[in-house]
Amino acid sequence: MGKWESKKVGKEKIDTMRENLKFVVVGHVDHGKSTLIGRLLYDTASLPPDKMEEVRRMSEEADGVPEFAFVMDHLEEERRNRITIDTAQIFFKTGRRDYTIIDAPGHKQFLKNMITGSTQAEAAVLLVDAQEGLREQTHRHGYMLSILGIKQIMVVINKMDLVGYQQERFTEVKEAITRRLGEFGLTVPSEMVIPICARLGDNVASASGNLPWYEGMTMLAALDKLTPTSAPQSRPLRLPIQDIYQIDGETVLVGRVASGTIAGGQEVIFHPSGKSATVDYIKVFGGKIPQAQEGQSIGIVLKNAAFALKALKRGETACDMAASPTIGNTIVATVFWMSGVPLQKAENLDFKCATQQVPCTVKKIANRINSSSLERIQGDANELRETEVAQLTIKTDGYICTDSFDSIPEMGRFVIMRDNDTVAGGVVH
Amino acid sequence: MDRLDELESQSIYIIREAYYHYQKLAVLWSIGKDSSTLVWLCRKAFFGKVPFPALHIDTSYKFPQMYRFRDEYSKKWGLNLVVARNEAALAAGMKCDKKLECCNALKTEALKQAIAKYGFEALLLGIRRDEHGIRAKERYFSPRDEKFQWDYQDQPPELWDQYKNQAQEKTHIRVHPLLHWREKDIWYYIRREQIPITELYFAKNGKRYRSIGCTSCCSPVDSDADTVDKIIEELETTNTSERAGRAQDKEDTYTMQKLRALGYM
Repeated sequence: MGKWESKKVGKEKIDTMRENLKFVVVGHVDHGKSTLIGRLLYDTASLPPDKMEEVRRMSEEADGVPEFAFVMDHLEEERRNRITIDTAQIFFKTGRRDYTIIDAPGHKQFLKNMITGSTQAEAAVLLVDAQEGLREQTHRHGYMLSILGIKQIMVVINKMDLVGYQQERFTEVKEAITRRLGEFGLTVPSEMVIPICARLGDNVASASGNLPWYEGMTMLAALDKLTPTSAPQSRPLRLPIQDIYQIDGETVLVGRVASGTIAGGQEVIFHPSGKSATVDYIKVFGGKIPQAQEGQSIGIVLKNAAFALKALKRGETACDMAASPTIGNTIVATVFWMSGVPLQKAENLDFKCATQQVPCTVKKIANRINSSSLERIQGDANELRETEVAQLTIKTDGYICTDSFDSIPEMGRFVIMRDNDTVAGGVVH
Repeated sequence: MDRLDELESQSIYIIREAYYHYQKLAVLWSIGKDSSTLVWLCRKAFFGKVPFPALHIDTSYKFPQMYRFRDEYSKKWGLNLVVARNEAALAAGMKCDKKLECCNALKTEALKQAIAKYGFEALLLGIRRDEHGIRAKERYFSPRDEKFQWDYQDQPPELWDQYKNQAQEKTHIRVHPLLHWREKDIWYYIRREQIPITELYFAKNGKRYRSIGCTSCCSPVDSDADTVDKIIEELETTNTSERAGRAQDKEDTYTMQKLRALGYM
């Protein structure tokens, strides 16, 4: 088997499930994302022998050069053209915990796939080619990460072999990217900017003799330092109603607790309608539970069952009596457009936030910018194009409730639909 | 909430979304561990009675233990079981000399016939990203056009629990509530919930099946794991991939992709 022989995995604790951290890998095309991922899997012995064999066979069928990038690019078109089209997820582990890598495409035309992948991540690794430096998607992806609220960023400066492993070049690129991300409001700690060569394995899993001047962590050690997202303590209750079921004569409102906690006996107020009610009990398969917390999918039965059936429907959100969301029909938000067909003011669209869905139109398109150069294109515009970002004033047909994205992200982020296709995403400030 | 609670909650959320948006919904049940877990999650989502059919695509070549399991549990769980077979292809003698042709005829075509017959707008499937590189690229709500084709070059964006909520006429949506689960998550969950699983997964005479399907195209692996605990222990230490024993993945490098582009699971 020679060099393709997978290293043996040690026996691990099996009674508890280990922590899992999801991070997205972003950056400009050809800066080495797929190779890096392949290298991470290989160096952590996360590739099964039959997969290693497949990669080796694939490389031979192609042009004989073993390439880790093949590990991720499973679509035929991707392998043939050596580009990544869509996001995928793959798993590996270190001594500390399990990881899920979300691979995102680096081409501008696949930005919506990079966004799809990023919205599931807890942290991001931004890859920059040491020789090429900051390129268009480096800027664009960095900016998108800041809009999407991903605050934990690691920067990996790759292909150090192409610049002779020189410290000067590393420092130059490090300063440029740190400054640029700072402009987007993202702080990258100095120790989280790592020099590597993914192809040859320098400083990915183990320190490299080629980088004697570098005294920081390997990439794997830096990954182990990231913390999984945990919601701040005691946020106000937000339980968006997904549906209403009749189960054995009971009226059950179902949904997933977006924030806060809810308990039997608690009084809540439903928004946007503004009606209050008392929870009788919380229903799960097999019985009742006294309290439910953030993230749990539950059913609630109200003391006044008739009220539930008559007055409530999907889109209503059970809220804390003492802390209300913003209720209105005009929203000002940062929106990124993802459709090849530009946005026109006053066209008929749909606004979807949590379980709410209402028709809407855009009244104003302001501060429109190019998402890679961050240049303002004009003050106010009549249209918004794919990959552009703007501050939109949106008027909804009917009231909706939102919170700011910074306080309760689940209630402050939304998508815009045109004819049942998602054409934009946005966050409320 | 621990990891399993989070996975479960996300899956239940997705199942409930699918039920809200699509009147004509069915859950695909292959009698394997993943789709049985999916059926279990459906029971949880609806507090007991699953309000839509469980669809079994039967190639007629499945292990007898699977048929027994199916019949026993569809009764126990009160499922509305629908069994679909491509009778014409079977009558003409179709079997697995060529995997692409056979899987396509007996699984994909049978599914197409069932969709046409019952008018399903959306299907719940138990596929996971970590099963195969192609499945890794999937979305939670993934449209299929009228030819059942998967346009993987232009998939809809999926942000923040907002999913595709309408199928165009003559098309259908594949919903994948287990996409974010890994193989070992499924087993940990099976253990925690004590979900019944067909005996094929447990070792007999030094062999067991890690992935099941038709008798002709599934190979068992060497194993002494005859309980869920031992299977979990085995999983935490093995390096071989789950589907290593599935012949259709191997026929040629892109068989799975071609199958999926034609509408396979």
